[in-house]
Amino acid sequence: MKLANPLTAIFHPPPTAGVLAVFGRLDATVEAIGRLRAAGHTEFTVYSPLARHELERALAQPTSPVRMWTLIGGIAGCAIGTWISLYMSYDWPVQVGGKTIGSIPPYVVIMFEMTVLFGALTTILGILLNILLAARHQGTIAYDPRFTNDKFGVFVAARPERAGTVEALLKACAAEEVRRA
Amino acid sequence: MPQPPTRGAPAAHTAPATRLTYDYVTRTIAGTLGNPGRGYYALLGSAVTLLAIGIVCLLYLLRYGLGLAGYSMPTYWAVFITCFVFWVGIAHSGTLISAILFLFRSGWRTAVYRVAEVMTVFAVMTAGLFPLIHIGRQWYFYWLIPYPNERGLWPNFKSPLIWDEFAIGTYFTVSTVFLIMGLIPDIAAVRDVATGWRKKLYAITALGWRGTNEQWRHYRPAYLYIAALATPLVLSVHSVVSWDFAMAQVPAWHETIFAPYFVAGAIYSGCAMVITLLVPMRKFFRLEEIVTVHHFENLAKLILLTGMIVCYAYVVEYFVAWYSGPTPERAAFWYRAFGPFWWAGWTMNVCNAFLPWLLWSKKVRTNITALFVISIFVNVGMWMERFVIIAIHLAGEPFEPWVKHGYNPTWADWGIMAGSFGWFFMWFLLFVKNFPAVSVAEVKEELPPPGGRARHT
Repeated sequence: MKLANPLTAIFHPPPTAGVLAVFGRLDATVEAIGRLRAAGHTEFTVYSPLARHELERALAQPTSPVRMWTLIGGIAGCAIGTWISLYMSYDWPVQVGGKTIGSIPPYVVIMFEMTVLFGALTTILGILLNILLAARHQGTIAYDPRFTNDKFGVFVAARPERAGTVEALLKACAAEEVRRA
Repeated sequence: MPQPPTRGAPAAHTAPATRLTYDYVTRTIAGTLGNPGRGYYALLGSAVTLLAIGIVCLLYLLRYGLGLAGYSMPTYWAVFITCFVFWVGIAHSGTLISAILFLFRSGWRTAVYRVAEVMTVFAVMTAGLFPLIHIGRQWYFYWLIPYPNERGLWPNFKSPLIWDEFAIGTYFTVSTVFLIMGLIPDIAAVRDVATGWRKKLYAITALGWRGTNEQWRHYRPAYLYIAALATPLVLSVHSVVSWDFAMAQVPAWHETIFAPYFVAGAIYSGCAMVITLLVPMRKFFRLEEIVTVHHFENLAKLILLTGMIVCYAYVVEYFVAWYSGPTPERAAFWYRAFGPFWWAGWTMNVCNAFLPWLLWSKKVRTNITALFVISIFVNVGMWMERFVIIAIHLAGEPFEPWVKHGYNPTWADWGIMAGSFGWFFMWFLLFVKNFPAVSVAEVKEELPPPGGRARHT
């Protein structure tokens, strides 16, 4: 009996059937995205070697939830900074020159540093988790190494009986290559 | 290894006049990961030799104690703390170029920011060694960390030294995370053109990056947020370092101008170090088409701006010492200019306050050899500035009449300082040969996309 490997289950989800198109031009890619959306496709993935606003606008995706991770991490960091500096001061009180034991102004430095530290680290966690979840949802899809160099790509998840229409649509948008995967 | 780069046809667009294509950028940057030639190995060998000298000196220091480093009443902060501040300062321009200029949407940063970021991470790594060397009993380093110990004792949060620990710790963590985050799409790009063992290395370190729309959708805003968090962090870290001194009551330390003065000085020295690193790197790795004179000129303008602030700060320090009138303050500045360490004081003045005036000339700013020479003098000057502020003003405390002979650094100081340069350059050289030292994805953002800019729908 073969046991399931949990790491494989997370990082290598089952393959998804579909059509992969390779584009050499940005405007053609944007056009293909527009036509796919007009034809009612929602399950497609766009590859690009760099972030371009044209692609973001054409895809019109919802705002990434990572910002909530940053906000919550930052607030939590600030709270932790406040807590450790005040708690540790009162836990072993050292009275110097009649000054306040838990004095806020010097502790602002600690609060600020902890805000930045936790904000940055939770942002990273946020990206990793969101990207991992998206990849789980997509399944293992076709890829071409040129997509990190100078080509743009569109992968449309489609069952074999519907792949023909998708291929025709992508070819009509001046895709350099279209293949089933 | 990747095939030699092919140059594309001239782009027909009006915006940046360039012959670069996406493919040329990927292949040129991937080409830096091959065999860099003899010059590189000679540099790496010298760096490792320096590091070995530093390690030997450090072992002597551990055996015989800090007296070996010339520590004597009243100078207990000297070359090691000078090196600490120097390396933290070097680290600052990295985050300035990668985060602050990112927020300002400065396109030119894309070609140089990776070098600056790598420099930042390794410079903070180097800086972090010095407080540990300076404490003398390195095996008790964990006493710095707030942890519940058997005596129920906590660090004093009103001390700038604990602020510094938090600031440097946060800065090192955040700048490392920021560097790695920027590297991921670029490692994926070199993974896809690499062969052999490097392909395996990059396949693991790229963390599965493929440039899908979902990946970019989370990556881009997150990059912006980390840049926005790192921006006040840069300014805070060197302010906190300056408060290590300004919160004390030593004459010439207890000044309100210290925070902006130190931040400007840090960026000044950091940008100079970026030029010092970029000039040979550009030559070894044949990056002339990607890192152009335009980039050097912009770095020179940053040096000019921060150099003018440093020059202003020097003038204000002397002026306020005279104008406010306390005898110890006046005596301290007299000591800086005309005391036994006058040579250090004047090296600092010439290199940091007079030399940057040359950069008002466009001819100098666009002459790479001149910039390289100036950048080295700037770094000598900035090291000397910290040495003057820290060691000289302690040695010359005028209200301590028993101070007769001041202070002299010893071979242990110089050896460990040389070792720190070896440590820094060793890591830097190993990095640039094994990971993309210029951003692949972001350099492409500055090029016209194939097929022209699409109409916004």
